[in-house]
Amino acid sequence: MNRFMVMVGRDLRLALRQGSDAAVAVMFFVLCVVLFPFGVGPEPNILARIAAGVIWVGALLASLLSLERLFLADYEDGSLELLSLTRLPLEAAVLAKTLAHWLVTGAPLIAAAPLLAVLLNMDSAGFGALILALAIGTPLLSLIGAIGAALTLGARRGGVLMSLLILPLYVPALIFGAGAVDAALHGLSPRPHLLLLAGMLAAALPLAPLASAAALKQSMS
Amino acid sequence: MDADADAFTGTDLACLRGSRMVFVGLDFALRPGGALLLLGPNGSGKSSLLRLMAGLLRPFRGDMTWRGVSLKAEPDALRGHVHYVGHADAVKPVLTATENLRFWAAMDGNADPEAAARQALADLGVPHIADTPGRFLSAGQKRRLNLARVLAAPAPLWLLDEPTVALDKAGVKLLEGVIDAHRKAGGMVALSTHADIALPGATELHLDDFTPAADEDEDDA
Repeated sequence: MNRFMVMVGRDLRLALRQGSDAAVAVMFFVLCVVLFPFGVGPEPNILARIAAGVIWVGALLASLLSLERLFLADYEDGSLELLSLTRLPLEAAVLAKTLAHWLVTGAPLIAAAPLLAVLLNMDSAGFGALILALAIGTPLLSLIGAIGAALTLGARRGGVLMSLLILPLYVPALIFGAGAVDAALHGLSPRPHLLLLAGMLAAALPLAPLASAAALKQSMS
Repeated sequence: MDADADAFTGTDLACLRGSRMVFVGLDFALRPGGALLLLGPNGSGKSSLLRLMAGLLRPFRGDMTWRGVSLKAEPDALRGHVHYVGHADAVKPVLTATENLRFWAAMDGNADPEAAARQALADLGVPHIADTPGRFLSAGQKRRLNLARVLAAPAPLWLLDEPTVALDKAGVKLLEGVIDAHRKAGGMVALSTHADIALPGATELHLDDFTPAADEDEDDA
């Protein structure tokens, strides 16, 4: 546990020193969502109807964008090999890196989302569901994305390949994440959607690090 | 090969990289206080053998035993007992030398990583870089920082892949002293080099003796 926290602390420190990675993800998220009113026109009713979906798609893309580099720096400078030789299992190291990554890039998305919801004229009835769904959903996105980042490590144009691999896997999170908000907007309970999201998170929490670590071992040999 | 209870041995090792057999039928034995000097021309498999020993590669054939435990049966038996220094220095540009070292010392289970990091830097003759960020270090300083990592937390087995690269003469002298102290304390060292380095009583292993006959990869021609 101690080593796990050391790992999280080191990645947080690295992310905060570099700064840009975290900021880029949020800026991308905001810009991506803000583009929609320009494209579909400023009709408030249309914007309100598509708000939940647009915010979720923006969150997916922002998460994908930043996850691409999750293991890259450690892979290139040899740290990853050394990590695999320490007593901390590689699966735990992956989980620690994903957690640190989510704290600096996923959590700010949750904070930015209500602002964007206002911008898109979403009814305030959906705010609670949106924040809750993102709070459960973004860690799920990070965990699934980590598998893609590990699989495409060392591949040429890994980022594009990763999008192709991972975006289809994001679809269930998108459906239930946006569904939760829609349900709340229509006066229904978002609970079933949120429970399904939470179920997926509970499954991904042990399984995704296993898959990522296996992929990392493959890419290191 | 006698099965020494506290030795590190390899029997009939073969290594396959891509479609090429790098070496076959290689045996080695390292006892506490012993040193193994890997010699051979470029491409003869010195780095591959060290990566094999570290567990970063799986042998194509053969097995290794660590203190009587077969690494084929227990691939994690070496975890935490080995320090590997490869070609990449694993230095994070935004962290200071001490922060870089402190992380590895903590991951290797040192209770006081800060003091260990500063001591290790002093032992390698670079106490003045303690608070310098990694991006301002020269190649030789980065190498010394990477070598300081093996001092910052004790481990019985050191695997050093061309540790003298980028080191000046004084640096090589310091390294010889450090290795000597490690062996006197019962440690084991395996290192590959093209430069002259004094390893009294080391077993020399000429990797080109184990290169398979050329006709085995005639289809490459």
